[in-house]
Amino acid sequence: MVVQDTVTVAGVERAPPTAAAAERSARPARRLPVQKDWPTWALVITQIGILVGAIALWEIAARAGWIDAFFWSQPSAIFRTLSIFFSTGDAWTDIGFTFRSTIFGFLLGTTAGSLFGLSFWWSRNYAAVVQPYIICFESIPKLALAPLVILVFGIGLSSKVAIATALTLVVSTLTTYAGVKALDPDGEKLFYSLGASRLQVFRKLVVPFCLPWIISVLRVNIGLALTGAIVGEFIASQHGLGRAILYAGQTYDIALVWVAVLVLSTLAVVMYAAVSWVESMLRKGVRQ
Amino acid sequence: MPAPKLHVDNVSMAFATPGGAFQALAPITLSIATGRFVSLIGPSGCGKSTIFNIIAGLLEPTGGRVLIDGVDATGTIGRVGYMLQKDLLLPWRTVLDNAILGMEIQGVPLRHARERALPLLQRYGLSGFEYLYPNSLSGGMRQRAALLRTLLFDTDLILLDEPFGALDAQTKLQMQEWLMQLWGDFGKTVLFVTHDVEEAIYLSDEVHVMATRPGRIIETIPVSLPRPRLRTAALGPEFLAIKERCLKLLNVNPAAAEAMNQAA
Repeated sequence: MVVQDTVTVAGVERAPPTAAAAERSARPARRLPVQKDWPTWALVITQIGILVGAIALWEIAARAGWIDAFFWSQPSAIFRTLSIFFSTGDAWTDIGFTFRSTIFGFLLGTTAGSLFGLSFWWSRNYAAVVQPYIICFESIPKLALAPLVILVFGIGLSSKVAIATALTLVVSTLTTYAGVKALDPDGEKLFYSLGASRLQVFRKLVVPFCLPWIISVLRVNIGLALTGAIVGEFIASQHGLGRAILYAGQTYDIALVWVAVLVLSTLAVVMYAAVSWVESMLRKGVRQ
Repeated sequence: MPAPKLHVDNVSMAFATPGGAFQALAPITLSIATGRFVSLIGPSGCGKSTIFNIIAGLLEPTGGRVLIDGVDATGTIGRVGYMLQKDLLLPWRTVLDNAILGMEIQGVPLRHARERALPLLQRYGLSGFEYLYPNSLSGGMRQRAALLRTLLFDTDLILLDEPFGALDAQTKLQMQEWLMQLWGDFGKTVLFVTHDVEEAIYLSDEVHVMATRPGRIIETIPVSLPRPRLRTAALGPEFLAIKERCLKLLNVNPAAAEAMNQAA
């Protein structure tokens, strides 16, 4: 093929080559930005350093009078209160109470919600009728109903479980229903072409297909269940970390507030880790 | 004369649409003798999949009957093996457990079903893949697993809806050979849908050419090439004559189609 020396190729006007080359060389030479990753130990040391630094700064600020230690408390006081809390107070009763409300609410809400979501597969009409109610229930700030729940279920464990359940149920229902809706109709066609009954399609196709959706909300739900339990304890309770925080706040025992928050956070992290572990185990069992 | 394996008797299908009834299928009559390999070819939207859904009992026709072995099977499911365009392998089951799905649904004990399926998977090119999950299989392997699932469902008649449509050209040829081997070994009656004229002629005893609006069969062309067929048969005069006839019926310019084949 002959090299064309015209400046028009396929209708595209080209600038004279020398000018284009000159323009290109005028562009700044820019290198690909490279970010160097720190080794893990450096990251961990930095993280610990920030934490220790923040606590130290808090202590210094309280002692130097930069902040009012009455309102903000100080790390040394919190540490003293912590050892008192565990040696003399109802620490384990409170932790156990909050833990139980959370776990019961989590299990009840997640199980019921998943089953509820799966049930929509059985009838499109039923799903269409019920759906607006669920959306409504989802948009209600359910914690606003907490005083009513306390009135109905009393100030014991059951009211906390009820609030935790209400929070988790809707999330599980909607997520599972999303799974049901994502089901490929051709998959159902395959099962029916093999002569399957509806129950067989449900057990062998719908449930395994939706399991990843059901599992994916476990971590969200454990956090929600804890929130529900704490709010229930705030409103009316005789036990629990939420009650401990409220009581400490009302008696201006700010160090105790911090202690209870610290213990609560630890509980939250432990439960979150446990649920994450369960989730990864389940995921291994359910290939997707 | 024995009843044909499949007899589609004046089956028609109309769908209600806002603009009035839409005639998807004009009354279609089609008879397939036992053990034959028959293809349907036609443009998109000519109702090939609709016919399949009706034969498989997944769709109730607005008119006509489907007879299998001379018995009315209209609207009953589980009578034929049906392989849809997608392989639809269940990702949470191993290849072996996917293959036994049909038997499992029919209530065959799992152990027994696995014992039956295992040697077949090994003989038909899935050796070493039995306990893997479908996501680690190539497209061709997935189609093999899906086809074996259809065969293991143990019906005499199987419907294959463009099983090789999504495969690359090379794999497609291999799969055609593989399908011929299976067909020879199992002696099933096959109804095959494809867009690929050459594939239809190469595989079939009979090619039905369809047209659209409404979907109908416009011509039935017997393919009497001797079996086993060689790839070079596609260059012979009889093959080419049938191909030309099909392309003409499908309103495709042969030269343009050839050019498209080359490009692809």
